[in-house]
Amino acid sequence: MKSRRDYTSLMASLISIAAGLLLGLILLFVFNPSKALYGFENMLTNGIRNTDKMAKVLYTAAPLMMTGLSVGFAFKTGLFNIGATGQYTMGAFFALSAAIQFQLPWYLGLLAAMVGGAIWGAIPGLFKAHFNVNEVIAAIMFNWISLFTVNLAINNMPRMLASAWGAVNKDRTAALGAANRSAILPKLGLDELMGSNYVNIGIFIGIILAVVMWVILSKTTFGYELKACGHNRNASVYAGINAKRNIVLSMAIAGALSGLGGGIYYLSGTAQYTLVKTLLSAGFNGIPVALLASSNPLGTILSALFISYIQVGGEAMQPEFTKEIIDIIIAAIIYLSAFSLLMRELIRRALTRRHRAQAVARGEE
Amino acid sequence: MLILADILSATILFAVPLLLVALGGMFSERSGVINIALEGIMIVGALMSCLALRALDAAGLGATHPQWAMLLAILVAALSGAVYALLLAFASINLKADQTIGGTALNMLAPAFAITLTWAIQGQGQTTILIPTWTRITQASLGLAETDGFFQQLIFKSCYLTTPIALLLLILSTIIMYKTRLGLRLRSCGEFPQAAASVGINVFKMRYIGVLISGLLGGIGGLAFTVAAGSGFQSSVAGYGFLALAVMIFGNWKPLNILGASLFFAFFKILGSYSSSIPFLPEFSFKSSEYVYLMLPYVVTMIILVLTSKKSRAPKAEGIPYDKGTR
Repeated sequence: MKSRRDYTSLMASLISIAAGLLLGLILLFVFNPSKALYGFENMLTNGIRNTDKMAKVLYTAAPLMMTGLSVGFAFKTGLFNIGATGQYTMGAFFALSAAIQFQLPWYLGLLAAMVGGAIWGAIPGLFKAHFNVNEVIAAIMFNWISLFTVNLAINNMPRMLASAWGAVNKDRTAALGAANRSAILPKLGLDELMGSNYVNIGIFIGIILAVVMWVILSKTTFGYELKACGHNRNASVYAGINAKRNIVLSMAIAGALSGLGGGIYYLSGTAQYTLVKTLLSAGFNGIPVALLASSNPLGTILSALFISYIQVGGEAMQPEFTKEIIDIIIAAIIYLSAFSLLMRELIRRALTRRHRAQAVARGEE
Repeated sequence: MLILADILSATILFAVPLLLVALGGMFSERSGVINIALEGIMIVGALMSCLALRALDAAGLGATHPQWAMLLAILVAALSGAVYALLLAFASINLKADQTIGGTALNMLAPAFAITLTWAIQGQGQTTILIPTWTRITQASLGLAETDGFFQQLIFKSCYLTTPIALLLLILSTIIMYKTRLGLRLRSCGEFPQAAASVGINVFKMRYIGVLISGLLGGIGGLAFTVAAGSGFQSSVAGYGFLALAVMIFGNWKPLNILGASLFFAFFKILGSYSSSIPFLPEFSFKSSEYVYLMLPYVVTMIILVLTSKKSRAPKAEGIPYDKGTR
């Protein structure tokens, strides 16, 4: 029974993806009919064109996977973690502080990222659990607070800026290659194998954590309690579960996952944190990743890879088309997957009809 | 003294989009549908109305009848916002889909759609739709003598047709919500839809009306934000849709409280951007202290939310698709 439910939801996702891609193709034809097929082909094949592009797909997928896991985990426990971007920013800041200010190696940087994200996730959780403040609003507020706190802190830590390490820029953190080579995530020789500077162990960390989250959610009492709180807070309190503690813990874990995403991205050695006054989109992108996977941690691996793949594909569509067409496609897929309930029902009916027909056929023999 | 007028004028300018969009959210949530898509609705409203303004400007109509043209743009914003909101209504009312998912998809779609359309119309790399200068109401355009006293500065520093219209819509919203049959029915669908249905109220229809009104107001809010931001439309409303959601909760889903909340939030926001030119604000000994003031509105809102959370009460049935069979 369970496998059939998985099957129908996978089918529903695949149908949504196909419909979304079709819409994308139609849009391409509307905007530039002569280049449409060429652009579409570029989009679909760019990610496997050579090993460098494949490395780029994995590089983009790793942080997406982490924020996707974060949002999905919170969904499973009945919370909407719109604060992934703030947690991601905090994670990035903690990781970069460890790496540049304190000259620590990469694994301590990642640990710091998780701590930073967990703190920033726990705060809206505390507000919800103890002061009855809606977690969505608290998270939105703390997204902005994190952005300005991080900018303020980095401006007051002169060693953090690129200008302290031989570069001229004062608006971004130092390149790790100049500041602390031991803080760059190991590449395990994959960079030579794939001929790309982008590849590192980030993607493996993402996959391992996806499996860990799956085990926690579906195989442990702890995960069961968290999910029970999400389904019905009153019933779980009645059953002796400490709901307040669980809300804070859920948000802290979700925050740690997003924070780690920020750590993985900014310790890759190819990214520098730039001081801007707008929220980082990386955190928000976790929402579609989680939704496409129906919040299933193992599904998140696939959906993050898929979204990263077509985003890398989108870069190859320029300059004939804007790369935002990819966002339209993803949005359409998410919108359609909101109908998954309806679609699942249709698929289930079709399956039952076929089963019945087969049974009738057998009966006649 | 003039700087005070400046600050108050800017506060009103930025409170208007928050007010309109939060009122929109209120209608939707009070009918039982969580509208997280306000950000996207604002973007669509702003996009369409800015394109309308651009066309009116090119046709020469704007220069001859500026405020009629602006009114037309406001109508375009409202209608396009409502049409976009239909997508949310269809998913969450007819198909009973998860309201957060549909809303998230719409939030993602809107900016991408706006960038793509702007490029297609204005040409590659032209990402800003400029707002014609005739949209602003000045003393000269009203035929008044140019003076710069306190009140003149307060009213005419940055005055657009969206401000009086917002005031009108606030009054209208309050009346609809509390003094009409429609308002009572709408509210009942957000509290206990099954009970509402049992006395013959069409829950689907009421929820459609709620979401459509949120689209109308959200669309106008998008235009109001764009004129306030002042640098033209760049396929973004800088998170104001989400802030409006916070203002709505802060305002406890009630029109007058929402007005207070939006003025309060806008005031602290403006204080942040004016921090360097206000003499009496404390100075800090560390660098880049403007970030402290930029953070201020969000911190203060959190504190207020904690203090008022005992009284805060969301519509009971919001976010739950209506199912005739449940009790």
